[in-house]
Amino acid sequence: MKKIVLVVLVIALLSLGGMTLAQDGPFRVAIVMPSSTTDISWSQSIYQGLLDVQEAMGGESAMEIAFTEGMFDVAAAAETLRGYAEDGYDLIIAHGTQYGTSLFDIAPDFPDTSFAWGTATDTGAEQGLSNIFAYEASAEEGGYVNGVMAALMTKNNIIGVVGPVQAGDALLYINGFIQGVKATNPDAELLVAYTGSFSDVAAGTDVANTHIAAGADVLTGTSQMVVGAIEAIQTEGGYWFGTQFDQSPQWPDAVVASQVYNWAPTLADMITRIQSGELGGVAYTLTLENEGQTFVFGNVAIPANVLAAAGEAAAGILSGDIEVARELPQ
Amino acid sequence: MESSRTLLDILIAASGLTLAAATPFLFAALGELFAQRSGVLNLGVEGIMLMGAFTSVFVISDKGFNAHPAVGLLVAMLVGALMGLMMAFVSVTLQAEQGISGIGLTLFGQGMSTLLFRVLAAGVIVAGGVEKIDLPVLSNLPVLGSIFFHQDILTYAAFALVPISVWVLNRTTWGLQVRAVGQNPQAADSMGVNVARVRYSAVILGGVLAGVAGASLSMALTGVFQENMTAGRGFIAVALVYFGGWSPWKVMAGALLFSAANNLQIWVQVLDVRVAGAAIPPNLLIMLPYVLTIVVLIFARERQRREPAALTKPFERGEN
Amino acid sequence: MNLRKSLIERDPVAILAPVVAVALALVVGAGILLALGKDPMEAYGSMLKGAFGDANRLNNTITRAIPLLLVAIGICISFRGGVINIGAEGQLFIGAVAVTAFSVTVGGSLPAILAVPLALLVGFSAGAAWGAIPGYLKAYFDVNEILSTVMMNQIATQMLLLLLSGPLIDPREIQLGTRIPQSAQLPESVWLGRLAPPSRLHTGVFIALLAAVVVYLLLWRTPLGYRVRAVGQNKDAARYAGISVPLYMVLSLTLSGGLAGLAGTVEVMGVTRRMVEGFAVGYGFSGIVVALFGRLHPLGAIPSAFFFGALLTGAEQMQRTIQVPSATMIALQGLVVIFVVSSDVWVRRRAVRRAARLGSESPAVELSMETVAAEAK
Repeated sequence: MKKIVLVVLVIALLSLGGMTLAQDGPFRVAIVMPSSTTDISWSQSIYQGLLDVQEAMGGESAMEIAFTEGMFDVAAAAETLRGYAEDGYDLIIAHGTQYGTSLFDIAPDFPDTSFAWGTATDTGAEQGLSNIFAYEASAEEGGYVNGVMAALMTKNNIIGVVGPVQAGDALLYINGFIQGVKATNPDAELLVAYTGSFSDVAAGTDVANTHIAAGADVLTGTSQMVVGAIEAIQTEGGYWFGTQFDQSPQWPDAVVASQVYNWAPTLADMITRIQSGELGGVAYTLTLENEGQTFVFGNVAIPANVLAAAGEAAAGILSGDIEVARELPQ
Repeated sequence: MESSRTLLDILIAASGLTLAAATPFLFAALGELFAQRSGVLNLGVEGIMLMGAFTSVFVISDKGFNAHPAVGLLVAMLVGALMGLMMAFVSVTLQAEQGISGIGLTLFGQGMSTLLFRVLAAGVIVAGGVEKIDLPVLSNLPVLGSIFFHQDILTYAAFALVPISVWVLNRTTWGLQVRAVGQNPQAADSMGVNVARVRYSAVILGGVLAGVAGASLSMALTGVFQENMTAGRGFIAVALVYFGGWSPWKVMAGALLFSAANNLQIWVQVLDVRVAGAAIPPNLLIMLPYVLTIVVLIFARERQRREPAALTKPFERGEN
Repeated sequence: MNLRKSLIERDPVAILAPVVAVALALVVGAGILLALGKDPMEAYGSMLKGAFGDANRLNNTITRAIPLLLVAIGICISFRGGVINIGAEGQLFIGAVAVTAFSVTVGGSLPAILAVPLALLVGFSAGAAWGAIPGYLKAYFDVNEILSTVMMNQIATQMLLLLLSGPLIDPREIQLGTRIPQSAQLPESVWLGRLAPPSRLHTGVFIALLAAVVVYLLLWRTPLGYRVRAVGQNKDAARYAGISVPLYMVLSLTLSGGLAGLAGTVEVMGVTRRMVEGFAVGYGFSGIVVALFGRLHPLGAIPSAFFFGALLTGAEQMQRTIQVPSATMIALQGLVVIFVVSSDVWVRRRAVRRAARLGSESPAVELSMETVAAEAK
């Protein structure tokens, strides 16, 4: 009896061992992020993308994800990036432009490891590096479409923008949004104010409440601090247009549409290239065309003409008929 | 851009927003005022506020216990009291250096609130907020009604706390003892006042009010909790105690000035006020409340009241 | 005073107490880790490995200690001088921004031998000027320095964002239209050389150590330092002795700001080599803790800065290895600070008892920001 049990155990162990051998270990991805995986914006969007890819590849046995979040300090991030490289990860993502200098220091020391960073367009080809991917998002495209919808959904004809800092993705999105509003409803009044912080939730509330007091009934905004602003507009019964991540589950009555960064296709493409030996050299842009930006709608009933206008705007951007500028004309 | 807004409309709206925004500062600064008047500098306000902000919203949200907001407030007070007790034990009983223990408490509160948030809530919590209450009759008053009497209950409480604090400090035995142990603990001790007990009670009260400040920020003002959402407001509250020269009325003036200046700069952005046709950079405008607080203090005619003589100094019986 | 001071210094418990306190804090932290379902031994093992595991990690720990040390010795001056400088964070930003502006404009056209010292001077001066403002306001307008420095930190943060998204933005960011708020890379002539690649240990370590010694000599071997400390110990007595109290208050905050500015300068020249949003966030506050752990002594700040550098690098390794939220480490650092600062009571009580046994002076012990200043000499 004992013998039989033993044999069964050995067979089980062997088959287990055989499985892991055959698979050659999971593909290992590590990512360093400035904010947290629950920020419902920049960091969570790519984390979600990684989870999507992981699921498509067959779960944790096929792809391993390690992350370090809250890396506001660039020096700390640099050490963490090097640590991941030493630990032998296959792809290491530096999810913030501020990490770039450190990444370009580290990448040459690990020529067999692939790195990716964004928002950026520089793959280090000029410096002779071939193991870096770069990515950015044309946030102005989705911003434009959101602006078109916002312009048609405001009843007071007043729209408010809650911005963090006049720079980067936030600025691109807002500039796109403004162009979308102006092209659709030139009479709409646009109120724009910044909080001076990516993370100060109460400052977002203050700005939103001031917009509302000034008559705005539709708001948009970007970065992780906007949660207070969305809550404020929902309490007032107005509408919100989101960006980077789907914000409708938390605020089903306010969020009309979220322009979502869909990282999965980009990440999947990177992984495919890495597995075929191509470790870098590609610069990606998330656009409407490559489905790097998609729209997620919540429970808010959207009039047919608004949806049609949004569809037209998106089609116009795809066909090149509508050109969304990154800078506003002065 | 033409607009139908009148200056009066804007002033009324801005005044109402200012009162609401001043609420968390007022709670936290009044609490800190009691602690400092007893001789204890508590730099842990930021950490206590964060813990109060998280725990209150968590228990009232559907991720927690769907409790009544009053329960949320009570929990925040309890957590504030516990952290105040920690600060009191470290600074009064163990006589540790106060500035550094407060920074330690802030770090602990920042880390702990975020950790609990991540483990228990796993993402932004929406509380639904505390309803605004229209005070009967008063809220129908023209102009004044919509400024003063259309706020949430915590705002009323915060402003009611100002005269109450003055009364407690000047008219009650405990208030007298607080001032005595902050000014001259040796003398108070020789008159039979239990210095340690008075300081414990003042620091714990400060903790309770910091907890309430956090709850008012999360439950009432914003209606959400997100990690590190106080963003330095605890330190601003401590600064406001110095601004107000340890007087509750002047602390209130400071909280109002700071919040009004902040609201003003937002209006300047919202209304796109331009100087010689050029937009003012937002970052420059955002500095306004900080700059103004300093400038007002420079030109304040009255010199600052001297700080409590025993502030930051531990007391041990038998000292001279 | 002197007897008790020497009793504290010679007492082996004075060294033992913080060690025991750290151990106790880690025990409490182990409870938190267990509640999270993590193995505390594995966690702390990874922390040690992250901070001291090999030469490279050790060098990185030292690299992290450099700005902490510079901020801390600046804090030593101001706290000894009786001014509580909470504004190191802002002074550090301003120093770094100034040196960035200098480097991307003139710095590149100068040879390194000239550019580096000039850059250091620019960064120090900018931080000093930013520190001089609250000093001047305190000395001549009675504006409390805790208030003004807290406010000026926020002003500095906004100024940093303003400059990085406008005048100082990397021209490439404009060209590409990505508009990320960061400066261009600093020209090579102002870089501080790396000592042990691949670690980022740079020559700034010598600047920091030299500054610690200089500040020690300044405070305890010069008349100027004596006056700074005299003002910190007792303003009335200092005034009576003919010292210009306002002048020395301004001076101590100016020097303190200068050293914080130098911390930012060295960090941008040696580590990041360009100014970015989120640069050195938190170092200004950690530096205050480092200074107080080092008993407000510039030389004491050296081991203290090393310890905190180790705590930071160790915590990152821990997050990476066992995947706990980074907040765990922040809570743990808070516990370490509270436990260590509380452990002082043990040493003080022993000194009091022993002094009493020796039948000497009254056991008056006061330990506050000002009285620490009074005791250390």
